[in-house]
Amino acid sequence: MRILNPFIAVLALIAVALVAAQVPGGQVLVGIILPYLAFALFLGGVVYRVLQWAKSPVPFRIPTTCGQANSLPWIKQNKIDCPSTKLGVIARMFLEVFLFRSLFRNTKAEMHDGPKLVYGSSKFLWLFAILFHYCFLVIVLRHMRLFMDPVPGFVSALEFGDGFLQIGAPVFYQTDAIFLGAIAFLFLRRVTLSNIRYISLPADYFPLFLIFGIAFTGILMRYFLRVDVVAIKQLTHGLATFSPAITGQIGSIFFIHVFLICALMIYFPFSKLMHMAGIFMSPTRNMINNSRMVRHINPWNDPNIKPHSYAGYEDEFREFMKEGGIPVEKE
Amino acid sequence: MAIIKADKLGVSVAKGPSLMTGAVPKKDWWDVPAIFKPGNYAYPAKKEIIEYHTQKTFPNHPGLFGQPRDWDPETDDWKLPDGWENIILNGLKERLDKFRSLKIFMDCCVRCGACADKCHFFLGTGDPKNMPVLRAELLRSVYRNDFTLGGKILGKMAGGRPMTFGVLKEWFMYYYQCTECRRCSVFCPYGIDTAEITMIGRELLHLVGVNINWIMEPAANSNRTGNHMGLQPHTFKDNIMYLCDDIEEITGIRVDPTFNRKGAEVLFITPSADVFAEPGIYTAMGYLLLFHHIGLDYTWSTYASEGGNFGLFTNNEMMKKLNGKMYAEAKRLGVKWILGGECGHMWRVLHQYMDTMNGPADFLQVPTSPITGTRFDNAASTKMVHISEFTADLIKHGKLKLDPKRNDHRIATYHDSCNPARAMGLLEEPRYVLKNVCNNFHEMPENTIRESTFCCGSGTGLNTDEIMELRMRAGLPRANAVKYVREKHAVNMLSCVCAIDRATLTSLMNYWNPDVEVCGVSELVGNALVMEGEKERETGLRFEPLAGMEG
Repeated sequence: MRILNPFIAVLALIAVALVAAQVPGGQVLVGIILPYLAFALFLGGVVYRVLQWAKSPVPFRIPTTCGQANSLPWIKQNKIDCPSTKLGVIARMFLEVFLFRSLFRNTKAEMHDGPKLVYGSSKFLWLFAILFHYCFLVIVLRHMRLFMDPVPGFVSALEFGDGFLQIGAPVFYQTDAIFLGAIAFLFLRRVTLSNIRYISLPADYFPLFLIFGIAFTGILMRYFLRVDVVAIKQLTHGLATFSPAITGQIGSIFFIHVFLICALMIYFPFSKLMHMAGIFMSPTRNMINNSRMVRHINPWNDPNIKPHSYAGYEDEFREFMKEGGIPVEKE
Repeated sequence: MAIIKADKLGVSVAKGPSLMTGAVPKKDWWDVPAIFKPGNYAYPAKKEIIEYHTQKTFPNHPGLFGQPRDWDPETDDWKLPDGWENIILNGLKERLDKFRSLKIFMDCCVRCGACADKCHFFLGTGDPKNMPVLRAELLRSVYRNDFTLGGKILGKMAGGRPMTFGVLKEWFMYYYQCTECRRCSVFCPYGIDTAEITMIGRELLHLVGVNINWIMEPAANSNRTGNHMGLQPHTFKDNIMYLCDDIEEITGIRVDPTFNRKGAEVLFITPSADVFAEPGIYTAMGYLLLFHHIGLDYTWSTYASEGGNFGLFTNNEMMKKLNGKMYAEAKRLGVKWILGGECGHMWRVLHQYMDTMNGPADFLQVPTSPITGTRFDNAASTKMVHISEFTADLIKHGKLKLDPKRNDHRIATYHDSCNPARAMGLLEEPRYVLKNVCNNFHEMPENTIRESTFCCGSGTGLNTDEIMELRMRAGLPRANAVKYVREKHAVNMLSCVCAIDRATLTSLMNYWNPDVEVCGVSELVGNALVMEGEKERETGLRFEPLAGMEG
């Protein structure tokens, strides 16, 4: 059910989009009104969530130190994994955000007879996560062609690089294939590894299916089911310039594609996909390990919590202390 | 409680049906109830202990520890207060507003599973809910149900669960099968730290009076007597004087520590277990010898006689309260700075919490070694230095006369304690000290040391005998790595810088690797120190014959 329900949900979304593309006014709804709404919800939702997080203070300085700290001058510090400066934190966050540093550490533990535990290197999750996210990024950036006129140089360059194999017409983008492959890997990993299957929720499968649906409809549209590219560009460019219009016969597949993207954007702020923003705000990663050097302030620190006083302690044990030759304040 | 033999448990761990050995539970995790039976839970706090805390420790914070009462986890009547569900939910809301970490850790997990096999409790038990991700989901499911839009609308479909007695039982079981070691957070792509989740989970449980005695009683002792063993001032002193007698017998040198002495340059604070229990006492003898060797002007305190902080395992209020004694005593005695002994979670509190909670320590000076002149700028604000930092600096400046041959009967390895490793970054200092005081040192495999170190399996107040099998399972990854170097290099001494380790690793080694002993790094320092005017040493600090002296 954990897998089937989200699958059905995505199929249902496709069905809704398919119907909407056929009924009068449906194309305007899916092609114009919904994108604006979804984009606003996406932006507003993400900003709202980030502000909600930011509202809570970070009471303590709790970086996870993954290397030698700044200590005596002759001891070599790991300035990135255990940063004592802002620059170190920036480097650590850069590696985390752009290269998935922590995931790269991944190992796989195996239990053998003995008992004997063996830890092997395990980089597949890192590799496919990297491929997934970077392909997604490239694909999103490539789509900027649809919203900008003239097409920026970096978009053209990206398209050229992505299609450098020069296979087929229109030119085949490797990211499309790698993207589908990475999604397939992430899905198969979830269903085949017993412990990952056990922890997976519908909320883990739903975005996978949804993104797969988006990629798949996009690929269908580009390579197999011909659509009116000029009309699409007119619509998308119109959306970007707040003068959208639907002209000609665009084709239902486009509206399914757009509908799924809108669904993803609306779903995004409410879901685990917020890890995109959260990674920047994780206190165990983005804090400087200088808690003994610089006092960190906790806004809700309660000054009324005081230790059991020395006076109270001495009152209770004074005679013992005197007998034991331990100095006391009051004789 | 009798515990099964190591060879049998070894077979059970490797072959018994568990998620670690490939057996997948038939039921979804939320349908698997937590069942308490002898051996799988630590005893609840005695009624009078909770009464003490509500009346004496926190008279002005009603409700912090629920209602004092006797209760039995094995029954279905935990005598919870009326409306306990709301107490939990309100407590959760309050903590979401207080901790950004909690909000982010609730929202960002993608259940990628990278943490799953990083937890020593999971590796040793194969229990799915010991995968850090599921341990967090126990709380996250309630969070989703009551604090997110998706959960409020879709409920179970969005992974939400209402707060029920069944959920509470899971919390009590699994937030006391986590030692807050932070190993999972090293591997998490978002740095989600299960220690934070467990700390919050335990705080919430306290609000409805669900707790364990092994934490609450030491916390009460620490509050009243200054140390978790409940040693009264004269006993605390007497214990140290006994150690001085032993030192005299072994070295011919009389060391002369002082107590509660005003005007000393340095206040020395270490876990009280070092003063009281084997093998910590040998570490304490190492400190005593070291300070005598360099002529340090220092004092012990009977009031602040506990480095460890059982509040860290309880809640923020208790942590702050117990920690407060350190600065209070430093101020009263008028010392210049504080030196801290070998302890794991003590140093988590000192490094990451103390200054924030009880600072600023503006009545102290930036710690400067009176022997070498080194200024410890890394402790410029907190004004507290770790004994390994202090000793490493002494060795580097050639201020210690050392004869590492005296540790030739030891083939040592080093266990990075979780907190100094992952909450402080203290990795090289103890190693530098070790390499200078003993000739035989071998590292355990790289996936089991430094930031990837495995917990002893009994930290955060779990080193109580009634859960011995759980502890031996959780400690298996550590024991296994020791076994590896024992077989490869004939290692016979597991050194560490943590008092809980010294207690728990001893049990763990007795169980899995019976011929490996456990010591603090400072014990090996004490063995190697050539004291001025000493007699010829025939034994180490345990009265064990030195190499070539077996006679």
